[in-house]
Amino acid sequence: MKAAVVVFPGSNCDRDVAVALAQATGTPPALVWHRDSVLPAVDLIVLPGGFSHGDYLRSGAMAARAPIMRAVVERARQGVRVLGICNGFQILTEAGLLPGALMRNAGLKFVCRTVALKVESIASAFTGSWRQGEVVRMPVAHGDGSYFADDATLDRLEGEGQVAFRYQDNPNGSARDIAGVFNLGRTVLGLMPHPERAADPQLGLTDGRALFDSLVATLA
Amino acid sequence: MKAKVHVTLKRGVLDPQGKAIAHALHTLGFDQVADARQGKVIELEIRESDAVAAKAAVEAMCTALLANTVIEDYAIELVDARG
Repeated sequence: MKAAVVVFPGSNCDRDVAVALAQATGTPPALVWHRDSVLPAVDLIVLPGGFSHGDYLRSGAMAARAPIMRAVVERARQGVRVLGICNGFQILTEAGLLPGALMRNAGLKFVCRTVALKVESIASAFTGSWRQGEVVRMPVAHGDGSYFADDATLDRLEGEGQVAFRYQDNPNGSARDIAGVFNLGRTVLGLMPHPERAADPQLGLTDGRALFDSLVATLA
Repeated sequence: MKAKVHVTLKRGVLDPQGKAIAHALHTLGFDQVADARQGKVIELEIRESDAVAAKAAVEAMCTALLANTVIEDYAIELVDARG
């Protein structure tokens, strides 16, 4: 599996996810600068966590309009898998690749702790290595993680099986406890928790490793 | 020409910052406050003297970047520099 990680000014989990990908695939991913307009031939594109452009205007708003995003949207339309973690999830919603929006946490505080998540759908390249309904633990670290979509959109997401993960104990006021969503074809995933920070025994948590193993199992 | 873009959260979208502002105003004794909503104002200096064209350009900027219409409404106010 070949992967590319897009690096924006203010990304801070780009290297963490690169390490997790290298461990899972045996090959370091390509790191692509946001001002570039061409992506290498890859099976997976990752938009990493961080605070791209200082979260100015809205989290992910500037990054979603970066030159590289035109190529990311085009590849996503072709079915290339796209993973957005934390700020990457915010960027995917701002770019229109995922429905809804991520708003200021309901408690107005930055939340940084390990949370329990229920795996809602294993029918995707991202989640196939978990068991349906399994509860896994990963860290969250965000100020703008409250998932919002109107009721009709939320009903549609639930009906189409596009809810990927739900919080067991909602840390940010997300609608219907949603922590991660797929696009309709389940080729694009965005989630607020950090699987790459839970993918190595030295980090204390390994539940996130299954996400990268799932991708390798499907795309290798 | 100058344009002011007012961006506000849509009705029905939870606004925790607005709620915190209303709460603080109540603490200060301003019991008249029934609700507070926080938004933002973006001021643009536009190289365009025709009001219709300027409005159309700012409208396009709002949908392209300045507002996220999933959660936000926007209003455009044009201020002609010549008065």
